[in-house]
Amino acid sequence: MSIVDVIRDGNEPAQGLKPRGEQTARELLREVGAVLRMSEAEAARLGDLPVDPSEDQTMIINMGPQHPSTHGVLRLMLELQGETVLRCKPIIGYLHTGMEKTAESLTYMQGGTNVTRMDYLSPLNNELVFSLAVEKLLGIEDDIPERAVWMRMLLSELNRMSSHLLFLATNGMDIGAVSMMIYGWREREEVLRFFQKVTGLRMNHNFIRPGGVAADLPAGWRDDVLFLLDMIPPRLDEYDVLMTGQPIWRDRLQGVGVITAEEALALGATGPILRSTGVPWDLRRDMPYLRYEEMEFDVVVGGYGDAYDRYAIRLNEIRESIRIVHQILDRMPGGDVRIQNKKVTPPPRARIDESMEALIHHFKIFTEGFKVPEGEVYVAIESPRGEIGCYIASDGSPTPYRMHMRAPSFVNIQCLPHMMRGGLVADAVAVISSVDPVLGEVDR
Amino acid sequence: MSDSTSTDAPATLYGVPLTDSRGQRVLHPTRAEYLKVVKQLLSDTFTMCSDLTAVDFLTHAGRTLPDGIAPERFEVVVNLLSIERRERIRVRVQVPGDDATLPSLFDMFPGTEAMEREVYDMFGIVFTDHPDLTRILMPEDWDGFPLRKDYETGRIPVQFTADFPARPEAGAQ
Amino acid sequence: MGIVHDIAEDGLGGLQHNAITARLEDLVNWARSRSSWPASFGLACCAIEMMATGAAHYDLSRFGMEVFRASPRQADIMIVAGRVSQKMAPVLRQVYDQMMEPKWVISMGVCASSGGMFNNYAIVQGVDQVVPVDVYAPGCPPTPETLIHAIETLHGLIENGHILRRRAETGAGADVHITEIPAGTESVPVILGTR
Repeated sequence: MSIVDVIRDGNEPAQGLKPRGEQTARELLREVGAVLRMSEAEAARLGDLPVDPSEDQTMIINMGPQHPSTHGVLRLMLELQGETVLRCKPIIGYLHTGMEKTAESLTYMQGGTNVTRMDYLSPLNNELVFSLAVEKLLGIEDDIPERAVWMRMLLSELNRMSSHLLFLATNGMDIGAVSMMIYGWREREEVLRFFQKVTGLRMNHNFIRPGGVAADLPAGWRDDVLFLLDMIPPRLDEYDVLMTGQPIWRDRLQGVGVITAEEALALGATGPILRSTGVPWDLRRDMPYLRYEEMEFDVVVGGYGDAYDRYAIRLNEIRESIRIVHQILDRMPGGDVRIQNKKVTPPPRARIDESMEALIHHFKIFTEGFKVPEGEVYVAIESPRGEIGCYIASDGSPTPYRMHMRAPSFVNIQCLPHMMRGGLVADAVAVISSVDPVLGEVDR
Repeated sequence: MSDSTSTDAPATLYGVPLTDSRGQRVLHPTRAEYLKVVKQLLSDTFTMCSDLTAVDFLTHAGRTLPDGIAPERFEVVVNLLSIERRERIRVRVQVPGDDATLPSLFDMFPGTEAMEREVYDMFGIVFTDHPDLTRILMPEDWDGFPLRKDYETGRIPVQFTADFPARPEAGAQ
Repeated sequence: MGIVHDIAEDGLGGLQHNAITARLEDLVNWARSRSSWPASFGLACCAIEMMATGAAHYDLSRFGMEVFRASPRQADIMIVAGRVSQKMAPVLRQVYDQMMEPKWVISMGVCASSGGMFNNYAIVQGVDQVVPVDVYAPGCPPTPETLIHAIETLHGLIENGHILRRRAETGAGADVHITEIPAGTESVPVILGTR
């Protein structure tokens, strides 16, 4: 592929926003940003009437895909009248990696490496939902050792904390509080240091695998977690002083990007967006997985559905995660970290020298992979962005026949046109930031 | 809600076969019954569409389906969620390969707009009455539907440095 | 005179390498290497590690690079951080073309260097098919130490000036491959601020 072939028009006109004069009333009414808000009469007024050349022309501008404030390669086409956003259309696909196609050629053991790179801000949650789906297909979901389950919960909650800290950092920077970027990363580094000690990597860990987790917690892990739990709450209080009570912050976020509960439900939005509208839906509480039904924590719910609610929800969810991690610290059981099922778990390395059977199992699991019975399953958990689900259809072979991840950001991005309508261009950045999309999982 | 779960007749719900897949209920309407069934589910508290995707069964024709459902090449899978009852339900529709069309769920669930576009982009299944059925993940002028089983992954063979002449050392620090 | 004519035409880039202009050229390269500004081209997971490198713990500003310019016209180095998909490749080329000479490219991570673990239809198998690359930094994602090693390698190349001369002759990048530095386990926590 030569450089000349690459220079084609990268503008994707068919996927973009058509000017209002070229759309009929019915098309305008059924546009994603209008469909729950605009009445038919309003659409008729905008659509079928000829565009009067003497009145102010609207402007269609393009934001992205390379732009410092779009949280990755999200491209937005905005139709502006002056500074007011009339219509908005997100265009995605600039990070499409073909992960679902790649997953069909990787075994279930290797699948974690692929899946973990979708939502790269909370990779352990991706691996967790994939592993839960595979275990359900295998029928071993009740036989996972207790220690593995509690370790998964610990890592998942710490990942929620690091993802929300990154949200605070990028949200602050997008609104203009640039120092927040440095503070958020400072805390996140400490959490990543813990992950590196446990899993070996700072990101994209491939640690939670079907059957349990990859390895046991290292010695001294309690001290590391206690260090985190002591350091972070006072810092969160600092952020309350820096941002929550501050008039400029409130003015920029309150009333911006409002969405109602009916709209959020109709659009399939989950996570902090749905909770900010007043619907107290959290999969950890309402459809519990792992051992969340034994944990005591609150589900943080907002009342206005605006960007300020979403910010406050995520800030308080860090506090709730700290509560959960305290409880996990007290109750972490001992035992195995992987299910002792020879077909799924490879044997410990030392045994390979002693036993022929262990060598054969190791070889088969790592080269061919373990076979999973035929069937299909959909499992969903609560990631920091919403409901992340994994749909696997298997045909009895060692690789998935079809693996599909229901990415929360892919569905949440459909809320952007609704949130931006009637707002100002400067608020567009605040709105995107409050939705907190991760383009890796949007485009997969 | 018509429901028959007697032990000798197969289970049905709203007149379509109902099966169980690892503890979850799955409905199997035909294409003609699809919209009607989803509308009934919507009025029966299943107000959120979690996920809409498709599977291409070109290379795995022998899957288990309830009696009376003829397997086709594509299967569109819709996962619905009921927040009141804290329950999920799945709907699987068979779509033939040579006539890959299906009514769109946009008017009932506006959130399926992007999901149906992705299914169109990846599989080529056309959703009638969808407001904007264009490609969403691939460039507009892309040829082919990547997630179909007859579309290759597009791997390029890995080149090993031993096969190439030694390169001169670049200036280091 | 030749020198004056070349400076008038091409500015400092037109300095011919000879005994008279060598000192001036050294000064210019020294200044360039210590104040090169990156264009933000963060795409995926590597972008997060790039931001971590710019944050307080690993601090890129000690190398003069904390200002990530949004506009490519004001930037010197393009750090391609993340996987480049088929839809993004024209955009990448457009951004590269908008940068002013002299410009350099660091390919950060295995997805940018070679397609990484995604050997399929959707990912460009190495950004060197689209832009000329000067330094390849391996890792998935590269730790901040690896990225700093790549940046420092590039700064060294800028400072000794060979890189621009070779680019003028062949049009290709410097093609330097560095080794990955794994993240250290014994580092002391940095606690900023007292509380």
